Amino acid sequence: MTTTAERRPALAGRTAKRRRPRTEALWGYAFIAPTGLGLTIFYLWPVLQTAYFSFTEWGAFGGHTWTGLDNYARLLGDPEVGQAMLNTLMYTVLGLAGIPLAIVFAALLNRPGLRGVSVYRTAFFLPVVTMPVAVAMLWRWLYNGDYGLVNQMLATVGVDGPNWIADPATAMYALVVVGIWSSVGYNLIIFLAGMQAIPKELYEAAAMDGAGRVRQFFRITLPMLSPTAFFISIVSVIGSLQLFDLVFVMTGSGQSARANPAYSRLQTVVQLFYERAFVTDDRGYAAAIVIALLVLIAALTIAQFRLQRRWVHYV
Amino acid sequence: MWKSVRSGAAVLCAALLASACGGGEQSGTGARPQEKVQLSYGVWDATQQAVMQELAAEFTRTHPNIAVDVQLTPWADYWTKLKAAVSGGAAPDVFWMNGPNFQLYASNGVIRPIEEQVDTSVYPKALVDLYTFDGKLYGLPKDMDTVGVWYNKTLFDAAKVKYPADDWTWADFKQAAARLTDAGKGVHAVGAQLTSFQEYQYNTIYQAGGYVISPDGRKSGYDDPRTIEGLKFWTDLIAAKQSPDLKTMTDTAPIQLFEAGKLAMYWGGSWDVAEFTKNDYTKDKVDVAPLPKGEKQATIIHGVANVMSAKTEHPAQAWEFVKFLGSKQAADILGKKGPIPAYNGTQADWVAAHPELRLQTFLDSVAYAVPYPVSKNTAAWQEAELTHLTKAWTGEVPVDKAAAGLAAAMNDLLAKE
Repeated sequence: MTTTAERRPALAGRTAKRRRPRTEALWGYAFIAPTGLGLTIFYLWPVLQTAYFSFTEWGAFGGHTWTGLDNYARLLGDPEVGQAMLNTLMYTVLGLAGIPLAIVFAALLNRPGLRGVSVYRTAFFLPVVTMPVAVAMLWRWLYNGDYGLVNQMLATVGVDGPNWIADPATAMYALVVVGIWSSVGYNLIIFLAGMQAIPKELYEAAAMDGAGRVRQFFRITLPMLSPTAFFISIVSVIGSLQLFDLVFVMTGSGQSARANPAYSRLQTVVQLFYERAFVTDDRGYAAAIVIALLVLIAALTIAQFRLQRRWVHYV
Repeated sequence: MWKSVRSGAAVLCAALLASACGGGEQSGTGARPQEKVQLSYGVWDATQQAVMQELAAEFTRTHPNIAVDVQLTPWADYWTKLKAAVSGGAAPDVFWMNGPNFQLYASNGVIRPIEEQVDTSVYPKALVDLYTFDGKLYGLPKDMDTVGVWYNKTLFDAAKVKYPADDWTWADFKQAAARLTDAGKGVHAVGAQLTSFQEYQYNTIYQAGGYVISPDGRKSGYDDPRTIEGLKFWTDLIAAKQSPDLKTMTDTAPIQLFEAGKLAMYWGGSWDVAEFTKNDYTKDKVDVAPLPKGEKQATIIHGVANVMSAKTEHPAQAWEFVKFLGSKQAADILGKKGPIPAYNGTQADWVAAHPELRLQTFLDSVAYAVPYPVSKNTAAWQEAELTHLTKAWTGEVPVDKAAAGLAAAMNDLLAKE
């Protein structure tokens, strides 16, 4: 809008005024050049290269030959890829439960006059600033079937807990709990910021009309937070689809992870990529796996943008 | 400002002068002018870093023109990093090699075959064979390891079971296993570990008369009924609850259970000496016996070798260093502080270091040892071994069916090599 408005008077004094936007644009490019260059070299170029490699076959020490669509044909017939996609999607969907949880915690922390707010906020945020590998190690111990704290606590109420991350029936849920635990703090901070941006007048008006706290939450807070929730859901879906470190450490690192009876239920797409790229030296195939993941992420993100009209309210 | 620049220049001049003098002195005493080179030496074991540096220093003492830089990369990243370094042409001049990876490096021509005639009779034959590819020797064995049964004397005494005899058999082992298991105390006889082929399944497979891979490296042995017997040895122990189940062993590794007094026996390599003599619980409770005899006696032997990068800029010097590392002199130094040296007749110091343990067991078993089974892409079928055998270990699939599936998958992978 602004550019057309500025350009119109340029018709009057052509030569003098037309140069200004162009030099401005040049300056603009100059300013974004460092970031743009970094993105191109470190993100865009590797993505293009990976896409190219997905049509090749690699030797263990470099050197590749063009094999066309072979890798993709193999991908479609590989049950491990299908299972890994399924596991990853399941983790992603279950992980979305973390969003309402974060909203509830944020609403509780946003109550005016709550004492020790900063202590709570720190407590919730602590898992976010902890390294995922450390988080995974910690939970591995908590979940230990014989000596873990979780089962010790269950034993006091007479429940004999399973081997949480080695049992195919429980492993995925155990993993999701850790995923939510470690991300709820981040989501909560974003939601808190969103809540504090909601104009106070809305609540005052609602209170005047006789709406209680709960009603205010559902009628004002939730709709006003929907753009924030949309942002969080986009980011967390992408993050979940790329899950690696947590599950890599929790299943037992390296090749021996395959001896975990629950491994086929836990293996994520990126983990499978890692094995193909760095353990069995099948780099061309590994590239095809991540390109498939890229397509899946793009498709889900587009779908989310399409669906946002149904539930996101912009002011 | 100027002052410091000037004093810096003065120091520089002095240094130049000194080095010039040094050079003059050398030619003065008639030493042959020879270029000084620095070799890099890639290793993965932090506990051996000191003794490797000692060996490097000893080598430089006798070869003053060759300095050696010992570069440690922890085991977890060693192969990933080495592969990247080799691909990028930046591999160390000399580095450690192991059996499962050897053929991959040799068949791709990224390590240099040994051209000089060397007397290989001083090393165990199984290790020389392990590092021979297409009739050419690529590395000189540095150390070796075999497997034995570590056992907890306290638990044996408590169950009134006699300590294993040197000639014990599978039947003796199973009998002892039944009596050592004490469900009430949470004690199992042994942990049927799935993740360490070298210490577990491979041994029983060869003891049963089976094989993992055919001698020409083309065919899987997992569909051989005797190989399956070797696998059943372990799944039977789990089924009889004389071993913890796989879920438990996933949560807590068998070695941790052994060190907590929850396992009476632990099949482990000679390298475990360092761990078990240090651990507070095991240090005065354990000893070691040979593996029990099945159809035949067998233990897996493996050892690390020193190899040269094909792209080293100093092939002559690299070979001098490898030759030194494979010498009796180097083995004598290694045996005092490190693992069992591969050089025959230098192992006495290693055994003498712990007179309280029957370490001679590990050396005696070399007589019937079987080399670690490998092919060009060992990692690929080792992954298949884990994937298929996991289902047999949990009892989800019968052993023979899992083994048949594994044989088919492994044959596919071998055909692609």
